[in-house]
Amino acid sequence: MQDAAAAARLPGSGLAWLDAARSEALQAFAARGLPDQRNELWRYTSLRAFAQRGYAAQDPAAATRGVDAAWLQLPGVEGPRLVFVNGVFRADLSSLAALSPGVAVGSLASALRDDPEPLRFLLGGHVADDDDGFTLLNRALAADGVVLKIAAGTVVEAPLHLVHVGVAADAATAWHVRSLIEVGTGASVDIVEHHLGDAATGHFSNIVRDISVREHAHLGWTSVQQASIDATLMRRTHIRLHDDATVDLHALELGGKLARHEVRVEMTGARSRFVSHGAFILHGRQHADAEILVTHRGRDTVSSSVWRGVADGRARGVVHGRILVQPGADGADGSFYNKNLLLSPDAEIDTRPALEIYADEVKANHGATVGQLDEHVLFYLRSRGIPLEQARRILVRAFCLVALDGVQPQALREYCEALLAQQLPEASA
Amino acid sequence: MLKIENLHASIAGKEILKGLSLEVKAGEVHAIMGPNGAGKSTLGNVLAGRPGYEVTAGTVTFNGINLLELEPEARAAAGVFLAFQYPVEIPGVNNTYFLRAALNAQRKARGEKELDSMQFLKVVRGKVKAMGMKPDLLNRAVNEGFSGGEKKRNEVFQMALLEPRLAILDETDSGLDIDALKQVAEGVNALRSPERTFLVITHYQRLLDYIVPDYVHVLADGRIAESGDAQLARELEAHGYAWVREHVAPGVEA
Repeated sequence: MQDAAAAARLPGSGLAWLDAARSEALQAFAARGLPDQRNELWRYTSLRAFAQRGYAAQDPAAATRGVDAAWLQLPGVEGPRLVFVNGVFRADLSSLAALSPGVAVGSLASALRDDPEPLRFLLGGHVADDDDGFTLLNRALAADGVVLKIAAGTVVEAPLHLVHVGVAADAATAWHVRSLIEVGTGASVDIVEHHLGDAATGHFSNIVRDISVREHAHLGWTSVQQASIDATLMRRTHIRLHDDATVDLHALELGGKLARHEVRVEMTGARSRFVSHGAFILHGRQHADAEILVTHRGRDTVSSSVWRGVADGRARGVVHGRILVQPGADGADGSFYNKNLLLSPDAEIDTRPALEIYADEVKANHGATVGQLDEHVLFYLRSRGIPLEQARRILVRAFCLVALDGVQPQALREYCEALLAQQLPEASA
Repeated sequence: MLKIENLHASIAGKEILKGLSLEVKAGEVHAIMGPNGAGKSTLGNVLAGRPGYEVTAGTVTFNGINLLELEPEARAAAGVFLAFQYPVEIPGVNNTYFLRAALNAQRKARGEKELDSMQFLKVVRGKVKAMGMKPDLLNRAVNEGFSGGEKKRNEVFQMALLEPRLAILDETDSGLDIDALKQVAEGVNALRSPERTFLVITHYQRLLDYIVPDYVHVLADGRIAESGDAQLARELEAHGYAWVREHVAPGVEA
């Protein structure tokens, strides 16, 4: 995986500061290795099977592989689109013609070629204490990604569509994507992140992004994850909120064999507000892991998270919701609620809500449950003629619906609702 | 159309029905009365196929088919409807979605064409009007936040939409004040027809003042202890269930 030969071909290699940062990360990876289950944040997610798999360092044909354009569409998301195929930005599949003034967007690879200096601050830094094996690999090997800057005061109307596609290649391939997003002061933008995969393509994608939401800015982020059922997907999203910034996150996690999303929210600005809704629906032997780690640093910051988990078959889900209120974050208000549903005796979900509070006048609430479908309700539906499997799907959809509260536009919401209802193909009763 | 012979059923190993036999013809209204614990609700649940009830002996034939072999949803498609004693709340599932799923599942099972959303809305709005329901019912989640009376009326409304051939009302009168009781009874009476049979399970005679049955059966200790016409219900009301024990079924614990 830490294929040093590949590093020589990375975009931007030859830039002294970048080479140094990459080499430092690689050395740190060699020392730290992949996270293991002694790490509290990885306690329920074993990487043993993953570590056995081998991956090619790149897909040499990623720039030319055919992808059906219709597949990339999402209802209601008709704005500019950036498409990555097997980790590589594809200008031919993207549509950036309709960019509003004030929106600057491009691929990381081209930014590193053409104008690397502005990226130095973010990509040239030293390894951090909280970098784990995956973020270190990403620091060392990231070859592409999104560089997006919304100028101050710009209100972007149509949502921006970021598509990550995994398609069949000569071998299972690893790719490392690093994205840098800044929403300028008073600006507003909605981003729809969409993961797609060919059936049974066992790629490994490792995505890290740094998102900065400046004063009075707003970011809406909706993630629809339908990666291949054999894919491994590691994501870490750093979001920093400045004074009076607001972020509204929705995540629908449906695909992947092993899919982890770590959302690390730094509420540094006073009165900033972070709202998240999410759901995963798993079957077979899928494993999903949602880590929502919110740190309140500014005064009167508000965070609210509602997550739902559903596991069928032999699937395994993990939810870790942590609210950390740092000294000085007086008046903070944080909540994290997570409910989970087990549809089979062999499924398992572990949920660990945690509060750590070091400030005054703080409101903080959390709650987590794991349960099963109510037999009385199932019988009620069946007694009206609805077959058992359909009844289960109706109830699972209803259970997860709260995760879509606030998804815009309406057409996207309806599409997501339909996805919820379709997600349980197994007759596992 | 419904023939129950020597039905024995248990729940959690405890025998509740102990040889119940009953024959009901199309278009008739039969009241099933009896003291608490006699097996009234068990009968309704066994007919509808609620999981957890084990039939240990006996047969139930419904229009020539063996009802006990069918899954609950297949019984519904065959025309069996149970109005629940305790209708469940289903947050997140709105009535229109639920009713359309139910009606179309039944139609599909019967080999009939499913209704598209426009066709369905026309049908369901007609039923809302005919049954005097508030139109906002269709936008609300199933039974969520409904009062006891609203839930029972909603059961009858669902019955009106699904048009069963055998409607089982399980203590539909319990917990209702007199006005709600009358409304429910009016709804049921409007659905009486030569093709539709009712089993009205009730503890009290009061409901039978408004839904006048053709036959009344007194259930005691898992069997039918006495059958008669509507007059039997009035005698029960006058004398109480102790009267059953003393006069019609000595030795039975009421």
